[in-house]
Amino acid sequence: MMDAPVFPPLPGALAGLGAVYRRELNAYVTTPLAYVFLSVFLVALGVFTWEAGAFFSLGRADLAAFFAWHPWLYVVFLPALAMRLWADERAGGTAELLFSLPLGLPGIALGKLFAAWTVAAGALVLTLPMWITVNYLGEADNAAIALAYGMSFLMAGAYLSVGLALSALARSQVTAFVLSVLVAFVFTSAGLPIVLSGVADLFGTGVAEAIARLSFLTHFEAAQRGVLELRSVLFFAGFTALWVSLSALWAGQAREA
Amino acid sequence: MGDSGDNTDRGPVMLELARLAKRFGGRPAVDGISLALRRGDVLGFLGPNGAGKSTTMRMIAGVLTPDSGDARIMGHSITENRRAAQAALGYLPEGAPLYNEMTPPEFLRFLAEARGLGRAAREAAVERVTADARIGAVTGKLIGELSKGYRRRVGLAGALIGDPPVLLLDEPTDGLDPNQKRAVRALIARMAEGKAILITTHTLEEVPAMCTRVVIAHQGRIVADDVPEALAAREGGLERAFADLTYRAEALTP
Repeated sequence: MMDAPVFPPLPGALAGLGAVYRRELNAYVTTPLAYVFLSVFLVALGVFTWEAGAFFSLGRADLAAFFAWHPWLYVVFLPALAMRLWADERAGGTAELLFSLPLGLPGIALGKLFAAWTVAAGALVLTLPMWITVNYLGEADNAAIALAYGMSFLMAGAYLSVGLALSALARSQVTAFVLSVLVAFVFTSAGLPIVLSGVADLFGTGVAEAIARLSFLTHFEAAQRGVLELRSVLFFAGFTALWVSLSALWAGQAREA
Repeated sequence: MGDSGDNTDRGPVMLELARLAKRFGGRPAVDGISLALRRGDVLGFLGPNGAGKSTTMRMIAGVLTPDSGDARIMGHSITENRRAAQAALGYLPEGAPLYNEMTPPEFLRFLAEARGLGRAAREAAVERVTADARIGAVTGKLIGELSKGYRRRVGLAGALIGDPPVLLLDEPTDGLDPNQKRAVRALIARMAEGKAILITTHTLEEVPAMCTRVVIAHQGRIVADDVPEALAAREGGLERAFADLTYRAEALTP
């Protein structure tokens, strides 16, 4: 008992993050999923911004009509992007191969999240012509727009982390998608005035305020006005960390099943 | 049982199972299996369906956690130091699951990176196992487009990446044509000199050609552990040994 292994394992629970990230990103770009996601997301965002958001009739050189739709589109599109992350491994039997490698579960989970997040970031980058357009139409507050983009990116990570975790919990991609949309919808709609007033009527304003603090809408709203709130940054970062941890936990439990 | 009465002058124990046990739904799938493999051992792990072979392999590979007992790979406990144990292990799971959207070199590079090989070592390792597993002809194809035989060989190449000292091969020749089987057997024979290899197979006639030792399991327990020739001579052939030993164990089960 005796010889040292030929190649010692990578240190830390994050071992494998880079390898898994590159593999997952490769899986997105070599299959139609990423391209379908990007195309449909951009078309939907364009339609909602120009038509439903009445971008031109507002007569303002800002992207409020554009950013207002981000949370609602993320509710549907980001679970679609994340649903395959663990469910695919189980369906294809590759989970057994992955778990036999000297990797840490947190590293695997983060590698998967970062790959999906990169695709989501790609979608945001492809909307930059809208930013250029408002600068062409008038004098835009570019700092506010940059802040909203940054917060939208952070928020996308939170939505994806829900999809990642529920993909580890669910037995199929479809179940993972449906559960993720439901959870994402709850965390988004909890910030709607109609929901909050109903909760306030039933349970009091204290409960309504507590629920509002858990809503993605609430934390994204300040950034849309160009205000950077540290608590919102911490909320999205903490929320993502929590669901990534749940993902690693549930994937570990599924491994033993 | 255990070390099959082997002496220790063949070097250190590379893979050791100590009273390894696992239950599913209250029923024992693996019931206190103990084994020790030294350098050069190629152990054929046989048993009928449900004997606990795959569960044993999964516990050794660190995929499943044993309920009790332990597996030590190059001295590293799979329960106490899982990643160190896994770093010394190459594993070909049952059915050779692979990532279909990757080419064989991409898949092998992923495994090499996951095993902690640096960029230069990674490329050298991919080249070496590509040659060893004879998959050079399909390096430009997606794994999803490969025949079952080539998929099996890509899986085998994956188990060899990083030159781990202990190999677990679940049905390594399943799906291969006779020439490919011969090539895999020759590869295993070449590798066996410096490694300890545990193989499961349903093809009994392959055992004497590949294995230096054979273990037959039934209902999670070892019912025979010997060199193939001795077992065959004692029981009137390996096929008969397999049938008789599992039948006897069945009859003795309360």
